[in-house]
Amino acid sequence: MARLLTFVLNGRKRVEAVADNLLLLDWLREGLGLTGTKTGCDGGECGACTVLVDDRPRLSCLTLAANCEGKRVDTIESLAQNGRLSSVQRGFHEKLGAQCGYCTPGLIMASEGLLRRNADPDEEEIREALGSNICRCTGYVKIIEAVQHAARLRASGEAP
Amino acid sequence: MSEIAPAHPIGGYIPMVDGPEKVSGRAKYTADLIEPGTLAGRIYRSPYAHAEILEVDISAAAKLPGVVAIVTGADCDRTFGVLPVARTEHPLARERVRYRGEPVAAVAAVDDATAIRALRLIRMKVRELPAYFTAEAAMAPGAVNLHDHRPGNIERDVFFELGDVGEGFAEADLVREKTYHCAEVCQNQMEMHAAVAEWDPGRERMTVHASTQVPYYVHLMLSRILDMDMSRIRVVKPHVGGGFGCRTETLNVELIAALLARKAGGGRVRIVTTREETFITHRGRPETGMRLKLGLRKDGRITAVECECYQRGGAHSGYGIVTILYAGSMLYAIYDLKRVKYIGKRVLTNTPPCGAFRGHGTVNIRFAFEALLDEMASELDLDPFAVRRANLLTAPTFTDNDLMVNSYGLPECMDWVERASGWKERKGKLPKGKGLGMACSHYISGASKPVNWTGEPHATVKLKLDFDGSVVVLTGAAEIGQGSSTILVQSVGEVLGLDMSRIRIVTGDSDVVPKDNGSYSSRVTFMVGNAAIEAAQNLKKVLVAAAARKLEARPEDIECLGELYRAGAQDKGMTFNEVVTEALKESGTITVTGNFSTIPASHGGKKYRGAAIGGTMGYSYAAQVVEISVDEETGVVTVDKVWVAHDCGKALNRLTVEGQVQGSVWMGMGQAMSEEAGYHDGLMVTANMLDYRVPTIQDSPPIEVGIVESNDPYGPFGAKEAGEGSLAAFLPALTNAIADALDLRFTALPVTPDRVFAALEKRQRAARSADTRAA
Repeated sequence: MARLLTFVLNGRKRVEAVADNLLLLDWLREGLGLTGTKTGCDGGECGACTVLVDDRPRLSCLTLAANCEGKRVDTIESLAQNGRLSSVQRGFHEKLGAQCGYCTPGLIMASEGLLRRNADPDEEEIREALGSNICRCTGYVKIIEAVQHAARLRASGEAP
Repeated sequence: MSEIAPAHPIGGYIPMVDGPEKVSGRAKYTADLIEPGTLAGRIYRSPYAHAEILEVDISAAAKLPGVVAIVTGADCDRTFGVLPVARTEHPLARERVRYRGEPVAAVAAVDDATAIRALRLIRMKVRELPAYFTAEAAMAPGAVNLHDHRPGNIERDVFFELGDVGEGFAEADLVREKTYHCAEVCQNQMEMHAAVAEWDPGRERMTVHASTQVPYYVHLMLSRILDMDMSRIRVVKPHVGGGFGCRTETLNVELIAALLARKAGGGRVRIVTTREETFITHRGRPETGMRLKLGLRKDGRITAVECECYQRGGAHSGYGIVTILYAGSMLYAIYDLKRVKYIGKRVLTNTPPCGAFRGHGTVNIRFAFEALLDEMASELDLDPFAVRRANLLTAPTFTDNDLMVNSYGLPECMDWVERASGWKERKGKLPKGKGLGMACSHYISGASKPVNWTGEPHATVKLKLDFDGSVVVLTGAAEIGQGSSTILVQSVGEVLGLDMSRIRIVTGDSDVVPKDNGSYSSRVTFMVGNAAIEAAQNLKKVLVAAAARKLEARPEDIECLGELYRAGAQDKGMTFNEVVTEALKESGTITVTGNFSTIPASHGGKKYRGAAIGGTMGYSYAAQVVEISVDEETGVVTVDKVWVAHDCGKALNRLTVEGQVQGSVWMGMGQAMSEEAGYHDGLMVTANMLDYRVPTIQDSPPIEVGIVESNDPYGPFGAKEAGEGSLAAFLPALTNAIADALDLRFTALPVTPDRVFAALEKRQRAARSADTRAA
């Protein structure tokens, strides 16, 4: 079965027909070509597919597209404005929070979700917010620095 | 006139040149290459660990609507493998399956759901054979040989004794012998294996996009497996989501995708493996059993080393012969050892094939060595730093197994971590339940002898400069997240005095870039970096000659300031663009080449068979101190802090050196504390990221990095590797710290909470029964 779904994706209202059993992840990647959201595991293990649904981090591999009716969905593609990197993206780039970059969209969206609800998180709060996102390259040290840097860029108004 | 100074990108904190693509989601990885009309590929895998194949029945699957092509072992009788001496693996099993999960057939269908349905219709008839899941079982008398040419299931037997080991032990004040065990571990890089193969039947050309560290090796193996001329094959490496060694050889995934595309008669086939399949494709670090015997004098000098090492290699050779050789040869080149005996056995077993995991061959042996050294030092009441300082090398030198050591920053690494961790003030004075441990490690900067000896230079870089004034670096060096593209752009910028914004880099497309052996054994910065420097120097010569012509000066009088070339301080000079315009008049588009080859002195020796393995132009060194807390109620060990110093010769990019060192230490932590591939009757039962426990951000400590610069005489700007050498020392530093906290020596990894808890309980029971006896 399919249904007509009304929701806001990356700031734009859309009405789309989606199958009831379609995962948000597969729909974003294969249906809409938004491949910034990554698949890293066989379901719910790694966090690479994290997107924001109504500003809360969600694993798109465990979310049915149909469950997003009336909701706002934001993916990594929504953050850069006119090609300019957002605060969290700059944080991850400038502080080397990304090495191979594969877990990065998920970690950035989880961080974005954190900073939307807590503009000035301490280290423990960062660790807790990113606890379900696996990174295999960095050892996380620079990811923590990246989020702290992003919070500063946001607070100073240097980057949205 | 305003002072124009050349740019100096080397040595700074430089974010990666491909960072913006990665943080914005625009970076395309192989699995992201989704095009309409692409066929979905899926692999049927053996449910048997060891069996003779009687029949693979694909008739029902072939009839399923939507199935376009099916391939089995019958479609390809050719073999592949990374080592020319051990190319014995079929992309799809023929005659025999040797591990659970080995590819037997593959389907290309109009969509993934159809491909999955087709797999369920494939039937396999077999005669089961005895299967061996441990090295011991596979070596037992009477065991069936996995491969006819490997009697006793020994893939490689290594033996050497350099110096009189017996005499060495006789000279020692303390001799100890212990066994150590390291569980098998997996790279578990974030991007699952993927390949997209496109067959053009009209032109008879094959294009393969693959998540690989070694596009050139993939090219070689595609040619071999497809029986196609190499000129008809193109290999593209998109962004790669990590590798850590599992992609340093051609994997069956890319070969199967190509076989399917050709069998389908044309078009694209895309295979994206599941996480479980990625684990089973494996090429991780083998389960290793070690027996180590050391002789130590009261003054801390090591008098003799005897080491026996068994690796459970899995069902196919892969890099196995090299791995077992590294484990022996790399006993050397970190301390001054005179009498060493090594017995190594690489064993074929009915488990997925192991490979070249980060720190290839050196990690488990280093764990055993540094753990036993620490224990013996403690017995002799010697400080762990002092015992190592009593055995230092003096560079330049050759080791007893003929490895060439040119720079040696290990003493400085030890000084740094000793100071930074407050070792002298704090060791032995921490509260109950806390401990400090230290250890050292080292690694090569590229193997001096390449896997495929062709007589070509080890590395070649091309630079292109044209009317637009941008310098384009063309390299086959595979950027896999380690930052190689950034280092190469920096290197070219440094030589030319140009800001990195003027330089672009193109990599990973065999149609465009020069061949490169690939990203493994930490060779890229050292070898390709040196080639990039030579290329940039050659380009500079062209530009200086053009400026000299225009300025009517001698080339040696031209001063290059990057954006300005002039003939003396009073000259207003020419801008870079003006120089380029002048230079183009001579030749049109300018292309220059830079090469690098290792020197024969670095090729290792001939004292035993395989002694070339371990040879490199530059060894990196690392020391680390690990501080831990133990909860004795639960057995949970928490790493509170790590101090690590790494001698990378010269930090070309301090940001990426720190990132590589932290990542290495942390990966060592995973192996030491939680990661372990587990099997049930040959089936990997930990093939997901919940059961294969990678540390999360909440488990991970602060890691403070000290950079030691020993300025290697052969390294690019003095640099050596930074991405592997720090891994190994974490393992023994952790168990040494646990020994400090609990007075318990763990000899088997990973040290999980249940193992700590069991050891504490055992000790308590022993104490209680001793009390009872005393009473």
